Amino acid sequence: MQEAKETSVKISVEGLNAWFNTNQVLKDISMDIAEKRITAIIGPSGCGKSTFVRCLNRMHEVVPKARVTGRVLLDGEDIYSADVDPVDIRRRVGMVFQKPNPFPTMSVYDNVAAGLRLMGVRDRARLDRVVKKSLEMSALWDEVKGELNKSGASLSGGQQQRLCIARALAVEPEVILMDEPCSALDPIATAKIEDLIAELKKDYTVIIVTHNMQQAARVSDYTAFFFLGELIEYEATRELFESPADKRTEDYITGRFG
Amino acid sequence: MNSVQLKRKILNKVLDFLAAFSVVIALAPLISILYTVVMEGLPAINLAFLTQLPGPVGEEGGGFGNAIQGSFIVVGIASLIGLPIGILSGVYLAEYGNNRFGRMVSFTADVLTGVPSIITGIFAYILIVMRFGGFSALAGGVALATMMIPVIVRTTEESMRLVPDEIREASLALGIPPWKTSLRIVLSTAQFGIITGALLTIARVSGETAPLLFTAFSNRFYFDGVMNPVATLPVMIYTYALSPFEDWHTQAWGGALVLVSAILVLSIGVRFAAGRKYSGGM
Repeated sequence: MQEAKETSVKISVEGLNAWFNTNQVLKDISMDIAEKRITAIIGPSGCGKSTFVRCLNRMHEVVPKARVTGRVLLDGEDIYSADVDPVDIRRRVGMVFQKPNPFPTMSVYDNVAAGLRLMGVRDRARLDRVVKKSLEMSALWDEVKGELNKSGASLSGGQQQRLCIARALAVEPEVILMDEPCSALDPIATAKIEDLIAELKKDYTVIIVTHNMQQAARVSDYTAFFFLGELIEYEATRELFESPADKRTEDYITGRFG
Repeated sequence: MNSVQLKRKILNKVLDFLAAFSVVIALAPLISILYTVVMEGLPAINLAFLTQLPGPVGEEGGGFGNAIQGSFIVVGIASLIGLPIGILSGVYLAEYGNNRFGRMVSFTADVLTGVPSIITGIFAYILIVMRFGGFSALAGGVALATMMIPVIVRTTEESMRLVPDEIREASLALGIPPWKTSLRIVLSTAQFGIITGALLTIARVSGETAPLLFTAFSNRFYFDGVMNPVATLPVMIYTYALSPFEDWHTQAWGGALVLVSAILVLSIGVRFAAGRKYSGGM
């Protein structure tokens, strides 16, 4: 684990609140997220960590009756300001979900190319290049290069999740949100995804939600501990795990609850 | 073996037998129909029957060529009108129809599915025939499209609703706008269900007679523009079967065989489409 270094801020969250209907799930969250670093969000189930990352690419509002207040600055610009199209934000801030969700009727190739194709890219050579590069980055290329026309749904769970990562990478986002990307995977597939996340740091800002504290400790540079919708503690990962400042953080990471 | 076990075994056998017997009862008429149509219709089938115009009354020979052509045209017009309207309405209901208006449209579609086909014929008669002053292929197509639309709407809606929300979220999170997500991702995921529904509906309306009797009417000649009457297989079969001439009866059987074969081909197409539900390309 490397020591946290000074880096520029990619995302700055200011006074973020989120609701489902009348139920407030995030309370006044403020934090800065470092560029080209891995930030882990940990906390017990229902603490709002998934909702938090979904607020960072405006996916929270996709759920009916969900509401957000506060500001989220991406490179200094508020993604919730009235003149911003959520579609543009989602192109810049990609997302990988808890359960692998490849498009079931599409081939491996079509899954990865889907984002670009639906943005109007027709150039076959460019698509070929991007598909290969994205699958290489997600460490799936060697396993699927001979069968790009195979259905994406026919891959194993771990392969499907790496396919989903490749699909997110193909539209060349700046930030990648990962919502418990390994929770449906076995330890070997998990290890592959963790190696991959460490690689992604070179080019991307990564925010990963996990309920697995070992995983947060292994992969992340910074860790934020959420509890009951509040940000309790946010530190360099080693510091948070070795000398937590808050009693609740200590109780959680030592396994006393959650 | 004690008595409880014995009782259970006997009950099991009795129910097995009843189930198998019901299957036979259910299938017997179907097989009988197919057998009769093939046996009675086969003698009428030859190249002339499939391609030539009907002969004059009292003369041997002639064929159903115009009716075969006409059926394709009328069903084609119905599909051109019915499929886009039906599929787009279904997409709307599945993706944006979770409100009072949407539920009302869904309910109306369900009611329309049950409207007798002769009523649909009257509707097209008033809408097209009376307005344009004559029977026409267009009126026939509109009548059949009116029958198709509610079924297509509902099958499209149901197939789209079966697509998990994770697929929609995956697409939205890629920065694909909501309307493109509905039309390109969700629709393509649901495509096999929709194709199945569409083919079954086309097969069903291909055999409809009542709505065509006073819309497309009939014609002794080949297709002559969408605003003119046109012969169709069901109406020709109806006319020929009711005639007093023996050779016309044989030709009616021949027409029935052609119609049943076409519907069979469509149904086999459905099996094929449904079989590759989650394994196809884009």
